[in-house]
Amino acid sequence: MKIVAAIKQVPSRDSQLKVNASATWIEESDLDWEINEADAYALEVGLQLKEKAAGEVVVLCAGPAGAAQTIREALAKGADRAIHIEMEREASDPLALARMMAKALETEKPDLVLTGLQSDDLGYGQTGVILAETMGLPHATIVMNIEAVMNIEAEGSTIKVKRELEDGWFQHVEIPLPALLTIQSGATKLRYATLMGIKKAKTREVRRISAAELSAALPPSIRVERVYTPEKTKRAWIFDGPAKEGAAQLVEKLRFEARVL
Amino acid sequence: MSGILAVLEQNEGVLHKLSFEALAAAQQIGAELNLPVFAAVAGSGVEAVAQTLAGYKLNKIHAIDHDLLLHYTPDGYTVALRQTIETHRPKYVIFPHTYQVRDFAPKLATALDRVLVSDTVGHRIDRDKDGGGLVLVRQLFQGKLNADVRFEGEPPYFLSIQAGAFRADTLQTGTAPVEKTTPDLKPEQIRTKPLERFRESQRAVDLGAARIIVSVGRGIKEAENIPVVQKLADALGAELAASRPICDNGWLPPDRQVGSSGQTVAPKLYVAVGISGAIQHLVGMKGSKTIVAINRDPEAPIFEVADYGIVGDLFEVVPAIIEALKK
Repeated sequence: MKIVAAIKQVPSRDSQLKVNASATWIEESDLDWEINEADAYALEVGLQLKEKAAGEVVVLCAGPAGAAQTIREALAKGADRAIHIEMEREASDPLALARMMAKALETEKPDLVLTGLQSDDLGYGQTGVILAETMGLPHATIVMNIEAVMNIEAEGSTIKVKRELEDGWFQHVEIPLPALLTIQSGATKLRYATLMGIKKAKTREVRRISAAELSAALPPSIRVERVYTPEKTKRAWIFDGPAKEGAAQLVEKLRFEARVL
Repeated sequence: MSGILAVLEQNEGVLHKLSFEALAAAQQIGAELNLPVFAAVAGSGVEAVAQTLAGYKLNKIHAIDHDLLLHYTPDGYTVALRQTIETHRPKYVIFPHTYQVRDFAPKLATALDRVLVSDTVGHRIDRDKDGGGLVLVRQLFQGKLNADVRFEGEPPYFLSIQAGAFRADTLQTGTAPVEKTTPDLKPEQIRTKPLERFRESQRAVDLGAARIIVSVGRGIKEAENIPVVQKLADALGAELAASRPICDNGWLPPDRQVGSSGQTVAPKLYVAVGISGAIQHLVGMKGSKTIVAINRDPEAPIFEVADYGIVGDLFEVVPAIIEALKK
């Protein structure tokens, strides 16, 4: 089975972010970067499936040269090779990005494409679904895990997945392959790269494609006008000082101002 | 129609609670832009649920009815709603930002070469701008930053509304006719097969009934540290709850999870300890009467919804609060 895991590099979770001078994106210097959390789970689900069903896992990543680090880490965990779409980070439009990803995958013909359900930076939560539609694949979103792979002769393979619904509900869905799944964080344990894996990663193929080669140059249908720090709308009491003093004042306020104790 | 179409979610004949907020958004934006407002619900046998909307101020309600829409599938909903949009040509299509909408709305927008502006938390009207003058506000980086987004090119323009961005209690009443349509939909167009819905276990804890909740997030670092916040919960006579990562890690059972995938709560007092405040968590607790946040990061979005906040190390602040409560 050929599995593509689409991953993105995002600022690490605790980053202090600053808006850039043109208010179009963030200031990227001095930031640490890591794999988008849900994408790490997408990769993990792909690696586990490869171990069960045999085949290969191809990592697909769009990002600047610095994203090579995140790609190497995915290869070290066990991905077989990678495709790196080289482009600057920006507040991009998910349709334009998904179209480039679809074009980069044209010759691959994967059986299964996995993405995280949402990125921690732009947070559209759409790239996977748009990629499925662009590639003409059926999809399921917010998938916890793949529960079964069923091979039905003459009809091809079907997978059974567990989807998360709202309010503590779940649902099983059967999807014929090829298909695309967007994966939820947290349903399985993530592996660490082994020393052997890190060594092997250096020899694995990374195909680099420039965004210009893939861009369809279609007019955008949305535009991000301005990125900014949200205004504080609520007038809260925020204490930043010695813990003991803050705690005493807080309890006082909860007792006599909010009257909730 | 060239107005605003609110595509609402119903499950087994009951409208999703965010459907009413999406309808309120459609009415409000419709009034601001002077556009007529329509609603649509899809399913099998949806005329009854469409009739429940007949008491609102709307130009028309479209009941999109087909046997193949009995169980939700992204393929079935996309084929059916695409026909509604191509027939009636709304300028704006508004969805509630539910899990179901996240599953099909990007596909529907893509089928029409458009981008859905998902998860909008606010809006304003700026008539000098393209895209009909509607400017939308979205959150980036888990709520650390905001972005203003507008539409370009020709309509339809698609947007989904985050919980709490519009108030259902502002809905205007009136009378609206229901029009039933049967989309052209064939079984072979639906590729996925939805099976039964289920819950993992019976909920042992009803957080909705708690008067005080102490909720813990990633800041707690390790399972071994959970007693730190349990002690605070005990001191306050509170139920202990958590954000998603804590339950995913198995540090607390899933029935103690607050947020879009867990329980929605509105206690008298909600104490968020080491929770940064991603929107998925905030939608589950921001209706609380008084919110206290304790976090190391002064920029954490949880402070946006807090009434009282302490910036600091929870391992120092929490024991200090327990001490202060004894006095």
